[in-house]
Amino acid sequence: MAILEILEYPDERLKQVSERVTDFGDELQLFLADLEETMRAGPGGVGIAAAQVGRFQRIALVDCSVTRKPVPNHGFMVLINPEITQWEGMKVGREGCMSVPDYTGNVIRAEKISFSAQDASGETIEYECEGYEARAVQHELDHLDGMIFLDRLVSRNKDLFRRKVYK
Amino acid sequence: MNNWYMVTLVGRDQKGIVSRVTKALFEGGCNLGEASMMRLGSNFGVMLMVGSDSAVSTIESLIQPVAKSLGLMVHIDAVDGNKRDHPQPNVDISVYGADKAGIVAEVTGLLAEVGLNIIDMQTVVAGSEERPIYIMQIDGHSDESVDRLRAAIEPVIAQGIEVQINDIETMIG
Repeated sequence: MAILEILEYPDERLKQVSERVTDFGDELQLFLADLEETMRAGPGGVGIAAAQVGRFQRIALVDCSVTRKPVPNHGFMVLINPEITQWEGMKVGREGCMSVPDYTGNVIRAEKISFSAQDASGETIEYECEGYEARAVQHELDHLDGMIFLDRLVSRNKDLFRRKVYK
Repeated sequence: MNNWYMVTLVGRDQKGIVSRVTKALFEGGCNLGEASMMRLGSNFGVMLMVGSDSAVSTIESLIQPVAKSLGLMVHIDAVDGNKRDHPQPNVDISVYGADKAGIVAEVTGLLAEVGLNIIDMQTVVAGSEERPIYIMQIDGHSDESVDRLRAAIEPVIAQGIEVQINDIETMIG
């Protein structure tokens, strides 16, 4: 096991689109262990994408069971070749990223998502997530497409509901 | 950059303030740090951290010609450096109600008593001229729970002022 080096923006590799995983062999299992250790070593980190450590494969880990205040969660998730199939609702929330130290900003994410992903053994699992956990999954999946949360920042004063029309 | 200055500029809002001020500083060899700039009423205000190896008199001489032509008041202070020092907010507070003198002092006074540190605050006077409303948004850091903050602010709520206090649960991924 080893803690891997986190790429930090403006490293342009963070903008790279990751490839699908096809080999679920021993080498992948070793990498997943290192990736998990790296995620847990980061202060307050609840997720990590393989791209953040310079491995451009569609792999993300999320664990929202460790938050300061408990949130609905599925525990530790290994998400390989994940695909979001449904989005519902929108919410502004604050995000930070191990690849962008010393900054947090507001980002709009879907409140609920449905997605499928393969686990470490390659088996496909369907998930439904909401709130904080859904935010974490969307943040990590962005990394797989070369996006970071700075690409989605909204103004601090942006209120999603301000333009709501009352009849 | 050996020296850091906080440059404050205030004047009637007009196009080109930011570009002309920052260009003069850049061409004078300065490095810009963090800044907050906003329109307040019909005025434009700039608070800008400026890094430079020069003395304060040099910064003044760079800014004064531009400020004069734009009608801006200038104030420059030597400050601590542009360190990475960003406390992250863990609570956001929105307050609104009919505008009356003393809202800010009362709200922030009660919150200060329970140890709230205000990191960022914006207020706006909106509504019609006859019935102005006051809207305040605070990002802060508190070691106390949201419930404790709500309890502390109860006297304000009792006066019919709306207060919302929410946790900011920052997701680090």
